[in-house]
Amino acid sequence: MWKWLHPYAKTENAYALCNTLLPWFWAGTCAFLSVGIVWGLVFAPQDYQQFESVRIIYIHVPSAMLSMGAYVAMAVAALVGIVWQWRTAFMTMIAIAPVGAVVTFVALFTGAAWGKPMWGTWWIWDARLTSELILLFLYIGIIALYGVFDDKQQAGKAAGVMALVGVVNVPIIHYSVVWWNTLHQGASISKVDKPDVADPMLWPLLICIIGFSFFIAAVSTVRLKSEIVRREMHRPWVQKLAHNNGVTTDAV
Amino acid sequence: MSAFYTGVFKRDLTLAFRQKAELLQPLMFLVLVVSLFPIGVGPAPEILQVIGPGVIWVAAILSSLMGMERLFRDDFHDGSLEQLMLSGMNLNLVVAVKIFVHWLVSAVPLLILSPLLAMFLHMTFDMYIALLMTLLLGTPLISMVGAIAVGLTVGVNRGGVLLALLLIPVFIPLLIFATSAVDSAALQLPYLSQLAIIAAMLLLAVAFSPFAITYSLKVSQN
Amino acid sequence: MQFDSFSDFLHMGGYAFYIWLAYGVTFVALVGIVTQSILEHRSLIKNITKEQARQARIKKSQAKSKKTEIAESE
Repeated sequence: MWKWLHPYAKTENAYALCNTLLPWFWAGTCAFLSVGIVWGLVFAPQDYQQFESVRIIYIHVPSAMLSMGAYVAMAVAALVGIVWQWRTAFMTMIAIAPVGAVVTFVALFTGAAWGKPMWGTWWIWDARLTSELILLFLYIGIIALYGVFDDKQQAGKAAGVMALVGVVNVPIIHYSVVWWNTLHQGASISKVDKPDVADPMLWPLLICIIGFSFFIAAVSTVRLKSEIVRREMHRPWVQKLAHNNGVTTDAV
Repeated sequence: MSAFYTGVFKRDLTLAFRQKAELLQPLMFLVLVVSLFPIGVGPAPEILQVIGPGVIWVAAILSSLMGMERLFRDDFHDGSLEQLMLSGMNLNLVVAVKIFVHWLVSAVPLLILSPLLAMFLHMTFDMYIALLMTLLLGTPLISMVGAIAVGLTVGVNRGGVLLALLLIPVFIPLLIFATSAVDSAALQLPYLSQLAIIAAMLLLAVAFSPFAITYSLKVSQN
Repeated sequence: MQFDSFSDFLHMGGYAFYIWLAYGVTFVALVGIVTQSILEHRSLIKNITKEQARQARIKKSQAKSKKTEIAESE
């Protein structure tokens, strides 16, 4: 069933796939993020309890959801690398890691900026915030561990094990508001029930979530291209690519 | 002549930035250790505020001990330390420049992170100002006195824990006065006297540590 | 349009500091990671082309010195 994926174990094919997908990812990012953010900032209504500060939701919720999503994607890539020994899988993993870390930081920071007017404190050590902070630490640890090794295949395996061990944190973050009595509010969007969020706010929120997803995909793809070039520098196809790049511009 | 010392400054700074991971690890350790305390003793802001100054200072001391080794280690192992000592230039000044670079790359990030750590432990603004003052005066002191012990242990294999054993007793007075200053700030009391004592220790270190470090380097080098 | 005027929009019902702090830092962080990723990729490619140019120069100078050797030996 997965035979169509097999060519992408080769870096040359993976690089070509990156180039094909990248324009779509950037288009999706620009389209969805601009529409979503403008809708949320300007056109969406204020909340009857939180007034205008609710507008932070349009970056806080997407970034928080996708910080977990990016981590899971990274862990899946790590698993593929460890089980099938695909170098491109490890490269994907390390390409996603810094993007995921930045998105996690955005989630934590926007959460703090929202918490101060709403709860009266920038920070509190409740289950959700603590586990999200641990997620950030995990991202940084994976990046640090990968950087320590000179042999990048070994680095991939080590960082991959780290990523898989840490994936247990993701369900903890997700269910933290259910399992513990936290200051952070409970889940508003569920896969099964009708969302608790009112429609005029739900649409820009969903658009922002899609926009952030495209963003993470786009930047991870750029970083994957960089990692491929960095590790395959001496291969003829890379040499040819760089040589031609003097004439045309490589799709960014 | 001063071009020589500028050269030492630039070289040390360049070499430090080539090993960004090595610079960031003690910082991450600092943040992690500080984060452990609320998780361990519970999130009640009152308790965190009481233990906050002590936790941040202990974490600062431990994380600077981690990063202290790199002060002379690489230069010792590749022989450039010996060359500097044989060059006939004033080793006291060379050492002072090296310590300054070390302080820039290890203590300044700590100072930049300090508001975040203070927020984690629910410290008030007055407490934070006192904390910042103590860190500004105390981190150069840590670098200078630490360098003496680093100079003594630079040739020793696995000298890391030995360094901690040597330096922690020496840093205890600094820890006492620094936490006392922040605790006084918490109670809205003046804390200038504690700062003055730390400043006096700093001035003593500035005056004497270069000679002590030069001597210990010569001892290590035989 | 939820706001009566542009200054109302900036004022955000009193929450201006927190909202613009959140949006501002987010913008900086996202632009930062995008810029760094793109510049990193460009500099990697540039380094390869520089190395290729260097190898070409070395080859050229070797060929030249070989030619002068042959010319001198005749």
